Amino acid sequence: MTEQTNHHPSPPPASFRPSDLKRKLRIGEGAIETLLFILGFLTIFVTVSIVIVLGDQALLFFNDPQVSFREFFMTTQWQPAIGQFGIWALVSATLTTSLIAMAVSLPLGLSAAIYLSQYASPRARSVLKPILEILAGIPTVVYGFFALLFVTPLLRDLLGADKLGVYNMLSAGIVMGIMILPLISSMSEDALSAVPNSLREAAYAMGATPFEASIQVILPAALSGIGAAIIVGISRAVGETMIVAVASGATSKFTFNPLEAAETMTAHIARISGGDLSYNTIDYNSLFAIALMLFLVTLVLNLISQWIVSKFREQYE
Amino acid sequence: MTKFTYPQEQDLQRFVNARYRTAWIWQIVFLSALLLAILSLSALSLDVVDGAFGYVAYEFKKDPLTISQTPIDDLQKEELLTILQTSLSKGAYGKLDKEKPMETRTAEDLYSLVLERIIQVKTLETFPLYDSLFRKAEIEAYVQETYPDARLEFRSWLTPRFLTSPMSSRAEFAGVRTALFGSMWLVTIAIAFALPVGVGAAIYLQEYARKNFINTIIQMNINNLAGVPSIVYGMLGLAIFVRAMEAFTSGAMFGITDTNGRTIMSAGLTMGILVLPLVIINAQEAIKAVPDSIRQAAYGVGATKWQTVWSHVLPNALPGILTGSILAMSRAVGETAPLIIVGASTFISIDPNGPFSKFTALPIQIYQWTARPQGEFHAIAAAAIIVLLSLLLTLNATAILLRNRFQQRF
Repeated sequence: MTEQTNHHPSPPPASFRPSDLKRKLRIGEGAIETLLFILGFLTIFVTVSIVIVLGDQALLFFNDPQVSFREFFMTTQWQPAIGQFGIWALVSATLTTSLIAMAVSLPLGLSAAIYLSQYASPRARSVLKPILEILAGIPTVVYGFFALLFVTPLLRDLLGADKLGVYNMLSAGIVMGIMILPLISSMSEDALSAVPNSLREAAYAMGATPFEASIQVILPAALSGIGAAIIVGISRAVGETMIVAVASGATSKFTFNPLEAAETMTAHIARISGGDLSYNTIDYNSLFAIALMLFLVTLVLNLISQWIVSKFREQYE
Repeated sequence: MTKFTYPQEQDLQRFVNARYRTAWIWQIVFLSALLLAILSLSALSLDVVDGAFGYVAYEFKKDPLTISQTPIDDLQKEELLTILQTSLSKGAYGKLDKEKPMETRTAEDLYSLVLERIIQVKTLETFPLYDSLFRKAEIEAYVQETYPDARLEFRSWLTPRFLTSPMSSRAEFAGVRTALFGSMWLVTIAIAFALPVGVGAAIYLQEYARKNFINTIIQMNINNLAGVPSIVYGMLGLAIFVRAMEAFTSGAMFGITDTNGRTIMSAGLTMGILVLPLVIINAQEAIKAVPDSIRQAAYGVGATKWQTVWSHVLPNALPGILTGSILAMSRAVGETAPLIIVGASTFISIDPNGPFSKFTALPIQIYQWTARPQGEFHAIAAAAIIVLLSLLLTLNATAILLRNRFQQRF
């Protein structure tokens, strides 16, 4: 057993002081940390460049003698060809399709979330959840195909082809709702599952049925999380492009009638920039003004939802 | 003062039964929401399949039997070449020969030329799969009446030829080859940008960042970027990559002169920025899942911070990071709107030959073909959707396998 002594570290040299370890300057370590910080900071840079790029071009648009701020926000005709730039023509379609999408996805998504979190057996969950995940993973252009070539013909059969055109906001909105459904249901389910079990058990102990426990106790407790889900859903609907670009028509029109065709903000950007658009024209700059509005609206919605979620976490953890 | 009385036993039973009945009805309502979701998914898949196969009414300008005795499907390259030489005018043949010498072309290529130039197949009408299967007699009668000269044939629009032939202005000959190559280039560039940057940022946020103002802002900003509409990224890419950095993205810096900024490089970088938040958030989750005991063990034997991260944290987080990046890739494959803005070309029949060439991508083709009014374009859109969804399915299956195979439970 004499070898064991070999395992002892050799004594430090006479000149060694323990404080040397602390003082040792590790340039590599510092450089790496700086580099990683730069990579993290790059994401801020992305946001800043979005604001600068969109803001800069939008400013060019508003400085154009043909356009006025007042006209942009107060009028309802969007006809770049004859110099009319009233954003409400596009906003009306965005609002209509988003509202339809929420009217479809909110009740369905919430019901699905309640079923999955309150009723479903683990076995049923393991079958049902992946289906929602598949729905969430389908590219939006495929949903566009589905809206134009399945839902629209179906609706035209139901409502009459004279009432509903080939392009309409109703079909686009419904399909958008199906697209957002998984998002609403998964966020709501997280919120419902975060409600402490003690509340659930207390409700059952009082003799509540599963339905009463869900609706009168758990749902109110999870309301803020569900609110966050709704807001994120709206933000997704507002920013969605391909479904509306394919299915809701290519004419800007101020209307809230879902049976009509009208172009949303996103679809307008996609259609105009898809063609041969020359730089620095008023058409080109107007797209950046629309995109800036879109960015700001979704940013505010996302911030509100994040704030709600963080507030909600504090409550139970 | 009224005296409180307990309800009679049968009344109580009734109340309770009524409450449970309500509960039961609502359970069915909640379940039906899920069933509706399943129904939509099935309707969507069936609609795509319905469009991609079915009867086609078509006519020939020239009957193939007048050209050769054997069916032209079975002809050899030399025979096809002779047919082209004899049937095409000298000028037309010379022009084709100039584009690409006829002898060097593949038999496939010559076959399409024979179909396109000599026989000139023309699709008159397409029928969906459901009708083709269950209403065959009606379709036959209808075609007989409307197009007396037409032939009716059951056709699958999704064929090996569809995968390997380039874009064409005629739906019968169009394929997704160029679009597939475009998509692959795009995803490669996107992930080559987003993976290192995203993992670096995630390491910083999980391992290095102290809880101070700037780091909180960075984290909040990443969550917000994940919610920015994809079309806004498209506008960013248009202004920065396509225009401001045109010298780089058009390849002019490297001596390529025939393109503008609307190249694979611009689109790939735009897509890279779009998936960056996704990569960061997934990588953060993966790093977060590595238990602290591993870090402490590394520190305990005297490793520096970076040694700990590089040799202990990262290897353990790798499966999660890879899964996350595959999910990011599938997002990049399916995303359409930014590509429209950045300027994917819609008609490109030559394969992209590098990051600085013009391109088209799979979702762009689907969008273009869906937007056309003719039925045969809807049919190839459906076929392209099947290709796209199979690609996504493969990617996601890989991610799941990877996760199950390598993920360690601590």
